[in-house]
Amino acid sequence: MIALAYRSLLNRRFTLLLTVLAIALSVALLLGIERLRQQARDGFTNAVSGTDLIIAARGNDLQILLATVFGIGSTSNTLDWEAFEAIHTMPEVAWAVPISQGDNHKGHPVIGTEAAYFDHFRYGNRQPLRMAQGTVFDAPDEAVVGADVAAQLGYGLGTVIVNAHGAGDVSFDVHDDAPFTITGILAATGTPVDRMVFVPLEGFDRIHEGYGAVPEAADPFAEAAPRAPASDLGAPAKEGQDHAEAEHDAHAHGETGHAEEHAHEDHAEDDHDHADHAETSNDSHANGETGHAEDHAHADHAEDDHDHADHAEAEQEAHAHGETGHADEHAHEGHSEAEHADAEHSDEAHHHHDHEPGAVNAAFVGLTSPTAVLSVQRRINEYAGAPLTAVMPAVSLQGLWQITGVAEDTLRLMSWAVVAAGLIGLVVMLAATLEGRRREFAILRAVGATPGMIMRLILGEALLITTLGICAGILLLYALQAVAAPMLAQQFGLRMGWAFSGRELALVAAVLGAALIASLPPAWRTYRATLADGLTPRL
Amino acid sequence: MIDVENATFSWAPRTAAAPGTGVLDIASFHLDAGETAFLHGPSGCGKSTFLGLVAGVLQAQGGTVRVDGTDLGSLSAPARDRFRADRMGVIFQMFNLLPYLSVLDNVLLAVRFSERRHAALGAQAKDEALRLLAHLRMDAPELLAAPVARLSVGQQQRVAAARALLGRPPVVLADEPTSALDEEVKAEFIDLLLAECAEAGSTLLFVSHDPRLAGRFDRAVEFRDLAAGRAAA
Repeated sequence: MIALAYRSLLNRRFTLLLTVLAIALSVALLLGIERLRQQARDGFTNAVSGTDLIIAARGNDLQILLATVFGIGSTSNTLDWEAFEAIHTMPEVAWAVPISQGDNHKGHPVIGTEAAYFDHFRYGNRQPLRMAQGTVFDAPDEAVVGADVAAQLGYGLGTVIVNAHGAGDVSFDVHDDAPFTITGILAATGTPVDRMVFVPLEGFDRIHEGYGAVPEAADPFAEAAPRAPASDLGAPAKEGQDHAEAEHDAHAHGETGHAEEHAHEDHAEDDHDHADHAETSNDSHANGETGHAEDHAHADHAEDDHDHADHAEAEQEAHAHGETGHADEHAHEGHSEAEHADAEHSDEAHHHHDHEPGAVNAAFVGLTSPTAVLSVQRRINEYAGAPLTAVMPAVSLQGLWQITGVAEDTLRLMSWAVVAAGLIGLVVMLAATLEGRRREFAILRAVGATPGMIMRLILGEALLITTLGICAGILLLYALQAVAAPMLAQQFGLRMGWAFSGRELALVAAVLGAALIASLPPAWRTYRATLADGLTPRL
Repeated sequence: MIDVENATFSWAPRTAAAPGTGVLDIASFHLDAGETAFLHGPSGCGKSTFLGLVAGVLQAQGGTVRVDGTDLGSLSAPARDRFRADRMGVIFQMFNLLPYLSVLDNVLLAVRFSERRHAALGAQAKDEALRLLAHLRMDAPELLAAPVARLSVGQQQRVAAARALLGRPPVVLADEPTSALDEEVKAEFIDLLLAECAEAGSTLLFVSHDPRLAGRFDRAVEFRDLAAGRAAA
């Protein structure tokens, strides 16, 4: 019977081809959408595991998750280092890794983190990251890149890369003064990690000093400008107040190397001859926040070692400078040079392996006991020091599915509608050829075929057409996938599997079942017609 | 071989759709084994309906139809189909062949649906089919290889005859098999058919509206005489 159906179909190969094509397209669409959907879900689900909480400044769960794990978008606020330290030292926290974001390398997100990231991060079924080549970064100007980054851009160990500011692909703001040398290339994971560039926090922050440090360095000058006129008043009564302010400032800037400048100079006193010292200190103080007050302080100090005349001169000079805008400008230059030199010097001297950034974007946290996750999450959300949000990745992903679920259902509905259109084409073909085939059925009846056999012939044809359509659709899907896979992997980090999943098999079975049901009416009509026609079709 | 007694059949309620095929009422019709009969009647008198009853495609609503000793009324519809496949060969007026099968496969269709003929012929079905085609002068290689739609009507009818006779069925039913043929081909076809039926020992019921053919058969029957209570068209 199948052989007959096959021969009969071959005889109508043009309509058959069109019907098969319609079904093939619909099946390719149906399976393609299912495959994309499943792959996207798997991709998201596999992207992070073993991280119990992701902590960032108060914000939307999904936004935090998408930004930190998938490099999509950014967190709206930063996480203070103090808050990070507070979380890190919680007894339930086994490990915490800071994440800084906001730069890109040719469109690839750049992550500033610690070497510990590579020890603790897990993806998929709790698989650790593995180095395909090289080692984790050690120095601030070293970088580790994901497998895709290396493959797409042709990077190897030792390649020097430069990052750009901003998360987007197009950026005019290139940190070409702060290059990184690749010391490690990660093995492919099939997760967003493959598309990321990792640099040490220290290096990440250093390339931002041009941006981050400007407001800080500018601060004293901004204050100095209005204050100079204040000292112009020259009233002795003011002196005490200014002095107090100067001291206050010195305290406030105690960490930034400003105080160190003082200390340094104080210390230098021993080695320099008095005249020199008077000049230096004079200059530097004049460059300070409040020329007058500082000079006063200096005067107090200098009195011990210097003669009064010198001091008086110095003071006079300072006053003179303070009164003229010209002096301010001069002082400005001198100061900033001095501070920069000092700041860098002290940084390297004191913080080589213990870099403390002002803030990071987020932290990945692992707990000593997974059962504590809810209580730790609550405590972090209620942390008094700063408004924080602790995200449980798996839970937030569920939230994502709820949002994308509507779109998925719509897509699925549409693809089933296309399948329905394809099957309607099948039914139309069966019904349309039915009239022209009554003679054929009469012949088959004459040689002994039962009406049931002829009905099965119709159903067999429907199944044969659908099976052909499904096979062609699968071939089409794979062909499309082969073409689109590199683009999908590059643009969206989606890696389509080639294996046929159980769900897809179920879909194919559903299409076959639907085809069978759809072809029952024409098959039944054929049955009735052959029964009535007997050996002489009444055409 | 064929015994019909008081068989009645009505297409009601679809009579209007098929004018001329009103109620059929056959008082009595008998055909012995190996006998060849010519059944004459004008078009649309119910001859095809009568053949349908004999072939077991249609079931008599009254009376009995016996073929080869079996009461068709006692068989289920699928059983009647199997019975027909096993014991009857049928030839139509035209369009006897499936266009998508070769000449040989069209002949072998007779075996495809009949276990009895299949068992009888077995592996020799093909040889037997070729032998029949040769007897009907249809064995030329170019004829066997040609698509059936390319064959002339006369050639197609001979292939249909070969199919009907394959496996030597007790009964061959021919419904106006010559009405689409030219005069000279008609006679040739009837000669070949009668010769093959005689060789196979098959009983032949040949239905036609052309009375000139009647002389070649053992018996000639007027359909009018059979139909006792035929409704006016």
